Amino acid sequence: MNLRELTPQVIGVLVRRGADFAAAEDAVQDALVEAVRSWPDDPPRDAKGWLVTVAWRKFLDAARAETARRRREESAEPPPGPVSGTDDTLQLYFLCAHPSLTPASAVALTLRAVGGLTTRQIAQAYLVPEATMAQRISRAKRTVAGVRFDQPGDVATVLRVLYLVFNEGYSGEVDLAAEAIRLTRQLAAAIDHPEVAGLLALMLLHHARRAARTAPDGSLVPLAEQDRGRWDTALIAEGVGILQTALARDRLGEFQAQAAIAALHADAPTAAETDWVQIVEWYDELARLTDSPVVRLNRAVAVGEADGPRAGLAALAGLDAALPRYAAVAAYLHERDGDVQTAARLYAEAARKAANLAERDHLTRQAARLNSRPGR
Amino acid sequence: MAKYLLLKHYRGAPAAVNDVPMDHWTPEEVSAHMRYMSDFADRLEKTGEFVDGQALAPEGTWVRYDGEGRPPVTDGPFAETKDLIAGWMVIDVDSYDRAVELAGELSAAPGAGGKPLHEWLELRPFLSLPPTVTE
Repeated sequence: MNLRELTPQVIGVLVRRGADFAAAEDAVQDALVEAVRSWPDDPPRDAKGWLVTVAWRKFLDAARAETARRRREESAEPPPGPVSGTDDTLQLYFLCAHPSLTPASAVALTLRAVGGLTTRQIAQAYLVPEATMAQRISRAKRTVAGVRFDQPGDVATVLRVLYLVFNEGYSGEVDLAAEAIRLTRQLAAAIDHPEVAGLLALMLLHHARRAARTAPDGSLVPLAEQDRGRWDTALIAEGVGILQTALARDRLGEFQAQAAIAALHADAPTAAETDWVQIVEWYDELARLTDSPVVRLNRAVAVGEADGPRAGLAALAGLDAALPRYAAVAAYLHERDGDVQTAARLYAEAARKAANLAERDHLTRQAARLNSRPGR
Repeated sequence: MAKYLLLKHYRGAPAAVNDVPMDHWTPEEVSAHMRYMSDFADRLEKTGEFVDGQALAPEGTWVRYDGEGRPPVTDGPFAETKDLIAGWMVIDVDSYDRAVELAGELSAAPGAGGKPLHEWLELRPFLSLPPTVTE
């Protein structure tokens, strides 16, 4: 079993024995560091037992030091409590995604306490100095210090945190998308919930396309131009299977609906064979569930494919032109409608408004492609 | 070692020799330009001279304090702003001459027609910490 998978369980054991969450989390981090150092030469037979023992010892050492510092007499050794791995893991997800935390803090705390990553790895992944990330994590721990460990939490907040981690892509040595998938799998094993399954399916279906999504030079390859032979069929099959089981329970939510759209794309052998009519229907469901303008923007693209660019442009009407990617969608629909000049102007505008480099470069290339067409 | 900031401007720098807006290049020329920029950064990482590089969105906001208990005032973006920074690279090099050499290489990134841009980059030394030995 992966060392990091044991992290939330071991924290849970310590908390059940009476340690407060912040101290338990510190002790387990220390134990993980020791494990990384000593296991290669001297691997334990019972990894979890070893971690519990060492983390508990670290906790007691710290608690004694603290007690001595305060010159208190009281014992720092609470009685051992029951051990239950799965519930503890679930409780940790709830705690780390507690609504009192900002999204950035919840993400950092989840990656450390549930994911077992070090502060340095998390800092590197989010391109901030390690000291900044360390402060963010300790502030987050102080924020949730008063939260009782056995309080039921909200699955929706946990899913939002995992979705954020997944969407961040990756930089540095930690692959955040893969980490988000691992944490969502672990959550799905701990709780039976159709939206958890929906999010897991969504992640698997998008992850399956990752290799095809960028060209060797790092530029973005749009869905329609991707080499579908490079999609990971095993991940797609797994995602579709999980989604079908979830949908059969008839408790639709936004992640299941998003996964359904991803599954329809995955199902098309070529871009031309995409079932856009069904995709529009799923966007209608999604719009009902979320009432999000971003969903209606994406729906306009699907309508443009299903019923033609004029219908797509009509679907754009009424949406705020300041929405992210609005200009890019309008450019695409105008080009399909044959208005190359408007499309080129809108692609250049979309590039100026792009929120990331890869997208900006892609949109600049689109404008360049139209502006450099023969006869212009 | 000394740190230098290489500033690239959307507006405000003297005109480049090869001064065609990027959305009027061919897509291949755009790709070649991007490749040159990322190869340049990779190379400086290998020589141990790269510190940081970031690109900025063209539209920003002016913000200022507006007194106790009041939210800050925001304004802009102003279309007439003369100077507009597009991005930067921070390098840590042995000498001013080396910084100039590298800025020159970056300015040679290919543009329209695959020819070097010859764009003007601004080179600014960082103010460093005081040295331990002063006499």
